[in-house]
Amino acid sequence: MTGRRFAEIRAQGRGALVGYLPVGYPDVPISLAAMRALTGEGDAPGVDLVEIGMPYSDPVMDGATIQKAGTRALQRGVRTADVFAAVGAVAATGTPAVVMIYWNLVERYGADAFARDLKNAGGAGLITPDLTPDEAQEWFEASDAHGLDRIFLVSPSSTDDRLARTVSSCRGWVYATSLMGVTGTRTQTSSLAPALVRRIRTLDPEAMVGVGLGVSNGAQAREVAEFADAVIVGSALLNPLLTADDAGRPEDLSGLRTVVADLAAGVRSGTSLASQGLSGS
Amino acid sequence: MPAVSLPDATGHFDRFGGKFVPEALYAALQQLEEAFVAANADPAFKTELDELLADYTGRPSPVTEARRFSEHAGGATILLKREDLNHTGSHKINNVLGQALLTRRMGKTRVIAETGAGQHGVATATAAALFGLECRVYMGKVDTERQALNVARMRLLGAEVIAVDSGTQTLKDAMNDAMRDWVASVDNTHYLIGSVAGPHPFPMIVREFQRVISTEARAQVLARYGRLPDAVAACVGGGSNALGIFADFIPDTEVGLYGFEAGGEGVDTGRHAATISAGEVGVLHGMRTFVLQNADGQTSESHSISAGLDYPGVGPEHAWLAKTGRASYEPITDSEAMDAFRLLTETEGIMPAIESAHAVAGALKLGRRLTEQGVEKPLILVNLSGRGDKDVDTAIEWFHVDTHGDSSTGAAQ
Ligand SMILES: Cc1ncc(COP(=O)(O)O)c(C=O)c1O
Repeated sequence: MTGRRFAEIRAQGRGALVGYLPVGYPDVPISLAAMRALTGEGDAPGVDLVEIGMPYSDPVMDGATIQKAGTRALQRGVRTADVFAAVGAVAATGTPAVVMIYWNLVERYGADAFARDLKNAGGAGLITPDLTPDEAQEWFEASDAHGLDRIFLVSPSSTDDRLARTVSSCRGWVYATSLMGVTGTRTQTSSLAPALVRRIRTLDPEAMVGVGLGVSNGAQAREVAEFADAVIVGSALLNPLLTADDAGRPEDLSGLRTVVADLAAGVRSGTSLASQGLSGS
Repeated sequence: MPAVSLPDATGHFDRFGGKFVPEALYAALQQLEEAFVAANADPAFKTELDELLADYTGRPSPVTEARRFSEHAGGATILLKREDLNHTGSHKINNVLGQALLTRRMGKTRVIAETGAGQHGVATATAAALFGLECRVYMGKVDTERQALNVARMRLLGAEVIAVDSGTQTLKDAMNDAMRDWVASVDNTHYLIGSVAGPHPFPMIVREFQRVISTEARAQVLARYGRLPDAVAACVGGGSNALGIFADFIPDTEVGLYGFEAGGEGVDTGRHAATISAGEVGVLHGMRTFVLQNADGQTSESHSISAGLDYPGVGPEHAWLAKTGRASYEPITDSEAMDAFRLLTETEGIMPAIESAHAVAGALKLGRRLTEQGVEKPLILVNLSGRGDKDVDTAIEWFHVDTHGDSSTGAAQ
């Protein structure tokens, strides 16, 4: 379902924007307000898909920014079940939501129960940073039973065999990590990403591909949107929330709104290769 | 090396183990497994490793009968497998030398490692010096403070030591940071994991490089006593010294295998690291195993006086050995371990690492229990995984040792 949304946006001649924020930071109510702010308010454009992160004690795919927010969120008492409230809040805006979560939390909740509650809250699917198709039997079953998207990650280091298997295991879209590294903003976009997206498209011309890791501003989002279906941004959105929290104004979302506006303008300013029919579909 | 029956081809010990890692690491895990399999089939590799173990590490390590100490063990005879006498002071070097050779075979020039007590970090920094590899060691900030001597040793050996201040600032967080480094550096870097933990193939590889402990010890005990021990005991952090001394005894079903976990201030206080005794099945650091975790699956903070056992997970093969009943796991509290540390030091002149003191304490209890159960003169083989030099500061504090020159007695207790 999120894949269809990306395709519609591509047909409009631009790349989709995916915005990540963790639930529970700076606290649960403000994080929900921040996610609503991501979706755009009034006439202001926002993200096309919200990626709701669930804080975890051992987030091996995350860099310092997301770790810091996650640690504080856990200290302030965020629980797995808060994810469903966040999903509901985003879904109510009409913008779809997926959840990004480390596997132990899902397993602990029960894969099927998690899928059921995610679906009931209006969620569209799951991104699993430390679960690959190799270990995902339970998740295949639960996501099939509840009609949820399964978004697995691929990497520049993925072999052709693994790439083929992962792409065919995904439903919705494929999360291409643009570089060898963890989350966090970078000053330059990755040179490895275009080749990875090309490899995916060669395997499956219909695959929808989101590219994430390291995108920090509208200009970079524009660059990525020229070769991918979607641009995923996380740390750059979180930074203004950390700044506001540190300044004693955790409820201040103005910095976040500025970053969202820049990113949303970025994906709208390019000439998407996809819209010119060069993406292979 | 003997045929390896488990893990299966996908790295599982029944339901335990596996590979729960970001896709970015798959290629490296595959490369490592291939390099290991190829090395195992290459006699030149085995020759080179055996030479290093003999000429550099000082293997075989002896088995010492602890006569005076055994008087406290209820009639049992306690045998110590002296991994404390290895170069760098613990069993960790066995695995490190093997993986350092694999690093070279893979054409990588940099190694990273996590360390708790610092023993694995010191061993890795040592091998890096020997092989001319770049080396970075991640160590929880709390652990850098309680094992400052080892931080200095690593730095003198030319390694970069990163004090990890995320999360609980102990071993598990050091492992997280090492994984993050590896995701970004996998092209030229080998992550030299120090225990039988993490994603496949690490639990298998580390076990095979530590197997030498039981291969030697089994032959040494047979030669000297004409029979196998009744029980084999080891401390369990991630579980590498324990699997090292268990491995060759696993088919000897008449030999009891006992793992002693860090009971900290007592399992009922919640301040402990007794993962198998008190944890639940979950996923941590790339493996399905027992994990100390809360109702949501967030990893709990572990506690132990010994940094090397202060880990909320455990190697998946131990989870499997526990489930099948082949091995038994019990907690030993901080104070039981420190009492054993003192007793072994005073009766044998052997100062164990506090980690190893957990195994020594466990063997004392086991000796009394086996005797009560009617086993005649039980023979208990204990893996003395390391020496206590690094722990002298902790012992000074614990026992209020008088460190002033004008005192005639060792302790004020
Ligand atoms: C002497 C010694 N024994 C045991 C351990 C625990 O590790 P493992 O359970 O992998 O043997 C350590 C770890 O630092 C150690 O230094």
